[in-house]
Amino acid sequence: MIQAVINPTPKDYKSEVKPTWCPGCGDFGVLNAAFRGLAGLKLAPDQTVIVSGIGCSSRFPHFMKTFGFHSVHGRALPIAQGLKMARPDLTIVAVGGDGDFFSIGAGHLVHAALRNIDITVIVMDNEIYGLTKGQTSPTSPTGHVTKSTPYGLMASQFNPMATALSLNVSFVARGYSAKPKELAALIEQGVKHKGFSFIHVLSPCPTFYKTFDAWDAATTPIPVEHDITDRSKAMLLAMETEQLFLGLFYSTERLTMDQAAHQLTEQAKPFDIGQYMKRYA
Amino acid sequence: MANEVTIRIGGESGEGTISGGDILALASARWGYHVYTFRTFPAEILGGPCMFQIRISDHPVKSMGDYADVLICLNKEACDRNVSELRHGGVLIYDPSDFTPETGDYVTYAVPFNEIARKQIQLFQTKNMVMLGAISGLFGPPPEAIVQVVQSKLSKSRKANATLMEKNLLALEVAKNYVTEHLSKADPYLLGPVERADRLVLNGNQAVVAGALAAQCRFFAGYPITPASDIMEGMAKELPLVGGTFLQAEDEMAALAAVLGASYGGVRAMTATSGPGFSLMTELIGLSSMAELPAVIVDAQRAGPSTGMPTKMEQSDLSFALYAGHGDTPRMIVAPADVADCYNLMILAFNMADQYQMPILFLTDQSLTARVESVDHSNFKPAEIQERQQYHLQTHAENGSNGASKNENALVSAGAASHGYSRYAYTESGVSPMSTPGPGAPVYTATGLEHDEYGHPNYEPEDHTAMMQKRFSKLETAAQVLPTPERYGDKNATIGIIGWGSTEGTIQEAVDRARAKGLRVALLHLKILSPLPDQTISDFIDSVQKVLVPECNYSGQLANLLGAKYGLQAIRINKFGGIPFTAGEILQAIEEVS
Repeated sequence: MIQAVINPTPKDYKSEVKPTWCPGCGDFGVLNAAFRGLAGLKLAPDQTVIVSGIGCSSRFPHFMKTFGFHSVHGRALPIAQGLKMARPDLTIVAVGGDGDFFSIGAGHLVHAALRNIDITVIVMDNEIYGLTKGQTSPTSPTGHVTKSTPYGLMASQFNPMATALSLNVSFVARGYSAKPKELAALIEQGVKHKGFSFIHVLSPCPTFYKTFDAWDAATTPIPVEHDITDRSKAMLLAMETEQLFLGLFYSTERLTMDQAAHQLTEQAKPFDIGQYMKRYA
Repeated sequence: MANEVTIRIGGESGEGTISGGDILALASARWGYHVYTFRTFPAEILGGPCMFQIRISDHPVKSMGDYADVLICLNKEACDRNVSELRHGGVLIYDPSDFTPETGDYVTYAVPFNEIARKQIQLFQTKNMVMLGAISGLFGPPPEAIVQVVQSKLSKSRKANATLMEKNLLALEVAKNYVTEHLSKADPYLLGPVERADRLVLNGNQAVVAGALAAQCRFFAGYPITPASDIMEGMAKELPLVGGTFLQAEDEMAALAAVLGASYGGVRAMTATSGPGFSLMTELIGLSSMAELPAVIVDAQRAGPSTGMPTKMEQSDLSFALYAGHGDTPRMIVAPADVADCYNLMILAFNMADQYQMPILFLTDQSLTARVESVDHSNFKPAEIQERQQYHLQTHAENGSNGASKNENALVSAGAASHGYSRYAYTESGVSPMSTPGPGAPVYTATGLEHDEYGHPNYEPEDHTAMMQKRFSKLETAAQVLPTPERYGDKNATIGIIGWGSTEGTIQEAVDRARAKGLRVALLHLKILSPLPDQTISDFIDSVQKVLVPECNYSGQLANLLGAKYGLQAIRINKFGGIPFTAGEILQAIEEVS
């Protein structure tokens, strides 16, 4: 249930805590897009929860004037899912970085996709570990030289979009921090979508891995003729690495676990210990 | 002659040893006897040696018994493994088609279990009924008691049909007639008439589920693990019926994370696991403590370390429960002693979690999870719920801020409130009222980072010092009101015993037996291990000359704690083979120091 709020503006969602990010960090763009997206949806801050893990981008909830849960590294998704199962009336957005969602918490992504619990995840991917000052990430390109890969990265590069599509995530989109207006629209769509929404955001790190120019050059809007119900086509677009398509890749409606679980409770009765214990009599 | 018998059934997993034992427990209890069971499982799903021991008595039983009075061997291996646990002058029952036991200091009865099941009943699966028929004929309870249980169990079974029911009941009757006709009773064990009583029969895990439901736990997340899975399965089935939700998590980290999410949303939530899963949950215990989010975590201890012995009992997670997590992390620890405690202390645990906003670790163990006891109805009263301190806008307005809930623009009201809402406010008790997401609630961000009273990240020395003190002060607040343990035994004892967890009944029985021999012994059994009842423990230690600390672990984890906290040089009694103490073992230890 999304509670309407009368004429909010993006800055109504901005908290008094100043972001700790480096000047030029892509996450500022994502934060602004989130303010805009939430304002567009007229979400009530007292019924919206931003959940994060650990990393530069995971400081996010502190900068928002909604409910927030800044947790531990990798666990934003299970926390968000537990909260949604218990409180389906709330709007829940999980945020964090590539380390959170594709490394330490990667296992949780698989199960969030399978359960299709109605939450939105925004992954701010800078292809580097920023908070720990410049080590390789699952999304760093092969051969990339970092403090932890002084001889170049000897592993493949993780493909977040192809992974999400392979898991049949019910809403898969990509945005770019330098295009906050388009990103805000994707966030609005993602939050509205009933089910698990995955929004991959290219969000460059100005300090440890400057990808602005490369991403400015590589990003391009997803072809207008793309059919968002065609998962195979979406997969082909996701596997394209020369061009990085921005927009909604795939969307499908299917059963969400939170809905299904709450349907089960429709006949619920208050617990009566006397009645309950009869089974052991 | 004591109206009591301890029967041990040894056999192969999958041949009805455990199911037969369960029927015997239920039948005896329904007939009016008190029962107490102990069982061991192999790690295998089918096959592997297992045993079931049941003590049946006309008076309350506190332990599994030192020895078996009667040993029923469903194969030769069962005899080899268990005969040393048979009492001198006890009874050994065997099937002559399997083997012939060596002569010893026991009475032997030959009962052709296999032949009766196979040839007369023509259904080998009725072997456990044949066994029960023999038990009924030789020792009791009367066959009617068993028939009632079999009928009600089979009628609920999906495999039920008239022929199966008929064959099971026939097996029972044939075996009973066989023993009365062919055997002449040469042992003293006979369950005489007993006053019919209305008791409940259940195990520790079942009582944990009942307690959680009664305590208004409405969210469970967990990952399957022996011996805690029954709790998860019970909650999965029951929660929707009372309006709750359930999640089988992908691992134990996710399980406790989901619990913290639900708890943040204002819903009472729990998980249940065993040692290996508990190890994985450690980071989330820290988060629960730091972000001050209530959570109840059941650790059904099993023998460790690592994968250890999943189906064996040990009390070896106490040290871990006390200190699990990096940094100084306040938590509370509750350890039930019996099935009734599993219900009542579960309710207490949920109240503690909400009142003090921290993780509550609930330490049962393998023997208690599966221990079936007959328990009086009076132990299962409706729960008294003590809710968490909620922060309301009304409170907020009284505090002088302008968070008026009647403001027509909810956004503005919530926003204004967030400036003034001090989620981690310093209070005398250390407990800060909590805001739960919902219309009109003041917003805040919960965090595992050190923070100021508003929840904003803060690394200043003064802030960290004050916040550490605030979090730990909740333990002191709690210690003043939590129930304290009562001394059991001699008021003027010279020998004291301090115990914890599922061993209480066994130690009490040892104390009773020692006192009957004229020894001056008393027990202080701890059920809350954090915060400890300092005064009660100090007074107890001061009142005796020696203190024994019996524990089923190698290192003496409670003894170490008591040594560190109270300078106690305890006499340690440690058993770490994977099975609980017998009262006889504790008695022997008491006698050795007397």
